[in-house]
Amino acid sequence: MPGTESLLTTLLLIAGSGALVLLFVPIRKILLLRSITLFFTSITFLCSLLLVTHFDSGSDTMQFVQSAPWFDVGVLHFQYHVGIDGISLFLVLLTTFLMPLAILASWSIEEKVKSYMCFMLLLEVGMIGVFVSLDLILFYVFWEVMLIPMYFLIGVWGGQRRIYAAVKFFIYTMAGSSLMLAAILALYFFNGAQNFDLVEITQKLSLGEIVLSPVAELLLFLAFFLAFAIKVPLFPFHTWLPDAHVEAPTAVSVILAGVLLKMGTYGLLRFCLPLFPQASLTLAPLISLLAIIGILYGALVAMVQPDVKKLIAYSSVSHLGFVVLGIFAFNLQSIEGATYQMLNHGLSTGALFLLVGMLYDRRHTHLIQDFGGLAHVMPRCAAFFMVMTLSSIGLPGLNGFVGEFLILQGTFLENAGRAAFAASGLVLSAVYMLWMYQRVFMGPLESDSNRALADLNVRETVILVPIVILALWMGSYSSTFLGRMETSVQKVVDRIEQVRAPQTFRVEYRGD
Amino acid sequence: MEINYTALLPEIILSLMGILIMLLTPFIPRAHQNRLGYLAQVGMVLAFLCVVMEWGQNGLALFEMIFQDSFGQLCKMFFLFVSSTILFISINYLEQEKLFHGEFFALLLFATVGMFLMATSADLVMTFLGLELLSISTYVLTGFKVRERKSSEAAWKYFLLGAFSTAFLLYGIAFVYGATGSTKYLQVAEVIQASSEYPLILLLGLGLIVVGFGFKVALAPFHVWTPDVYEGAPIPITAHLAVGAKAAAFLALVRILYQVLPDLSQHWQAVLWVSAVLTMAIGNIAALTQPNLKRMLAYSSIAHAGYLLVGLTAHSPQGTQGILFYLMAYALMTLGAFTVVQIVGRQKEQNLSIEDYSGMGYRNPFLGITFSVFLISLAGIPVTAGFMGKLFLLAAAVESQMYWLVVIALLASAVGIYYYLRVIVYMYMGKLKKEEIPITIPTPMRVLIAILVLGTLFLGVFPGAFLSLAREAVSF
Repeated sequence: MPGTESLLTTLLLIAGSGALVLLFVPIRKILLLRSITLFFTSITFLCSLLLVTHFDSGSDTMQFVQSAPWFDVGVLHFQYHVGIDGISLFLVLLTTFLMPLAILASWSIEEKVKSYMCFMLLLEVGMIGVFVSLDLILFYVFWEVMLIPMYFLIGVWGGQRRIYAAVKFFIYTMAGSSLMLAAILALYFFNGAQNFDLVEITQKLSLGEIVLSPVAELLLFLAFFLAFAIKVPLFPFHTWLPDAHVEAPTAVSVILAGVLLKMGTYGLLRFCLPLFPQASLTLAPLISLLAIIGILYGALVAMVQPDVKKLIAYSSVSHLGFVVLGIFAFNLQSIEGATYQMLNHGLSTGALFLLVGMLYDRRHTHLIQDFGGLAHVMPRCAAFFMVMTLSSIGLPGLNGFVGEFLILQGTFLENAGRAAFAASGLVLSAVYMLWMYQRVFMGPLESDSNRALADLNVRETVILVPIVILALWMGSYSSTFLGRMETSVQKVVDRIEQVRAPQTFRVEYRGD
Repeated sequence: MEINYTALLPEIILSLMGILIMLLTPFIPRAHQNRLGYLAQVGMVLAFLCVVMEWGQNGLALFEMIFQDSFGQLCKMFFLFVSSTILFISINYLEQEKLFHGEFFALLLFATVGMFLMATSADLVMTFLGLELLSISTYVLTGFKVRERKSSEAAWKYFLLGAFSTAFLLYGIAFVYGATGSTKYLQVAEVIQASSEYPLILLLGLGLIVVGFGFKVALAPFHVWTPDVYEGAPIPITAHLAVGAKAAAFLALVRILYQVLPDLSQHWQAVLWVSAVLTMAIGNIAALTQPNLKRMLAYSSIAHAGYLLVGLTAHSPQGTQGILFYLMAYALMTLGAFTVVQIVGRQKEQNLSIEDYSGMGYRNPFLGITFSVFLISLAGIPVTAGFMGKLFLLAAAVESQMYWLVVIALLASAVGIYYYLRVIVYMYMGKLKKEEIPITIPTPMRVLIAILVLGTLFLGVFPGAFLSLAREAVSF
């Protein structure tokens, strides 16, 4: 497709130039600053729609590929190499879709608007960069660079304990990813110091041109895995998440839950599995165990939270546990389900954070006990909240169901026991979400300050409507998405099957 | 056997300029002596031009005591850049402190000549002379604020420990001479290469030389003097100690280990491995709790010497390139950080505590942003020179299959992020003190900071240009 190969670079440039334009806007023109940011994020979203229309779902290679040498000195060969496949396509779209909504949700930010908007745009550059990089060093650069805006966004515009939360977030992620850098360098030299090209290294590994000893493979796998597990976050690396979520301003929570956590699971899928299939297979039982613990633990802790935002944060731990479980079940359904669930979680948790933020703007509290009976005064808000709650707990007809069903189905084929435990997490999620909903929106209106609450205004409705539409779409017509993912997911599955012992009998089910 | 004056032209220019300044000082009124700084600056520029013209010429000079090679020439350019930046900061600093002494500039020029000799020396005796020239000038400069106890204390500490370490070095040189019968780099290397067995006396000599330089570079466990001396010295001299003097000693060590003693690599690699781990760990961990910015930067400079050691331990052309690149990156960001500290410090260096930076990002956005860039670069986060430099050093170590060292370096630098971030936390998330008088930045300082920031970012995005220069310079 001529003309579209530079689309990904264009996305990065649009978001980046937005930040540049903001620098020249006077600091007091708050409305102008907001509008410009909204404009640039919207343009980025519209451009990213071209990715969907031009995407060739039959091809299993990377698309929209663009590469150029960055610099070559001595044995170090760096390059700029971007491209996407069916897995990263929708994650890029999720990012560009959530950004304008997050900017709209940031309308309530009054202080230091200029730097806030700049950081949001830089964050977008970083996030898109992570999903489109096909060069290990480039990936690492984006992965790290994105931490800086996030750190400031939590630390400057956050709640009471924002500094603690911001520093904890930064140190956790940084500590996790530092070993990944060592692994990247090691892979580079195993590749004969040729380049850091992910596609090429994966291919050479699968053709046996690069041979890793089992121990080396295991260590490299662990170095990558640690970085991603902290980001996901997988139990027991999850402790930064509730802090960061609770302290972050609404829009940042949305991006954090919607996009940042997906980088972890995306990393597992893009790096850990294809690069180190043998190690992935060896460690799958252990990782699945951690994922199941995460599912159940996250759900149980969410159940007893007195704070809505924290409740949703812990529900993320539980939901992401499903994704990891799906990824490490290694079949088409489970991985497709996992990828689908990443998008679902981005939408439903993102929307829930938005709604909680809207409640907070009015009432300045996150505590469940301060609410009650809100449905009487805020019917529209209650309706949106209901839809997103149901989407989050996986009601058929909404997006959450498709992902969870595929994950459980796939996991069942791999190991029935794991699926059974994980399924009980679904029940728990219904318990904590519905119970929370009941306590916040149902019952009599008791407190006076709640009686005076206004329902959602036009801006807030505009933010939520696209999410609900998308949730319904993804729940009822999933082939739009699954159809484009399938070839790429199949490639990952094939890679695992390639090293799996051939004599083992497996139930092979390919949906048609 | 000849002198080869053209190769020595930069040294000659700097020395003559230093002597000229010393002669002029008595005839110029106190209040105007700062102008001599510009004369010194002219000397630096002339010397830089000479080095550029000399680029690419190889040979020996001054009775085979000095190498003329691209490694040395690159080092000279680097030292001139560092010293000239420090000269800039000094002029501003002395103005602010009302300390008008022309000798200051002369001493800085002599120190620079000392650094030149160390990086280009072809003879252990010349290395020693260079080191002494550098050290003695620096002792005086450290104690330049005569009326302040801390400054005099720092000078004494530095002098005593420096003298002590020089004794180690000299003893080491004597042992090497005893074992090989020469002090000339090339001849010593030849003798060692020809022998299949290494006498104990040679290994002792090697050990003592490493200890001697270890003191100067502030490698653990010889780093104990650093924080006190760095804290007490005038800020520009702290920057000179942390960047120029440290780099000179490190580069001299690189030359000795790679050019004279490469055959003993398995011996010194083991020692340096341990020292690298200690240096990185101690530097980063001790910096965590420092409330004084000068002290924090002192410990951080120890940590950075540890990263450089990783490259040195790798013992490969990659490692040497990495060292040269990292030194450049380190110079940009550390000089930048010290410039900011100097401006915020004000008269008598009164605002050095981290609390003085509270709300800086809003009080003075220019300083806030630029200092953040320097700190982020020191922390080794991408798009900055600090990240690229670290990447090259670690890549060299991975290539030499020192995986554990790389892992430890990465973990240590992850610890380091905390204290760099802490300053940013204060600048952007701390409370703004209302009663503070606004900070004024003289225009030359503003330009200097801008140049250093741009350099830091440029090397972080396009490291290729400087790296290929470094590659050309690694001739051994």
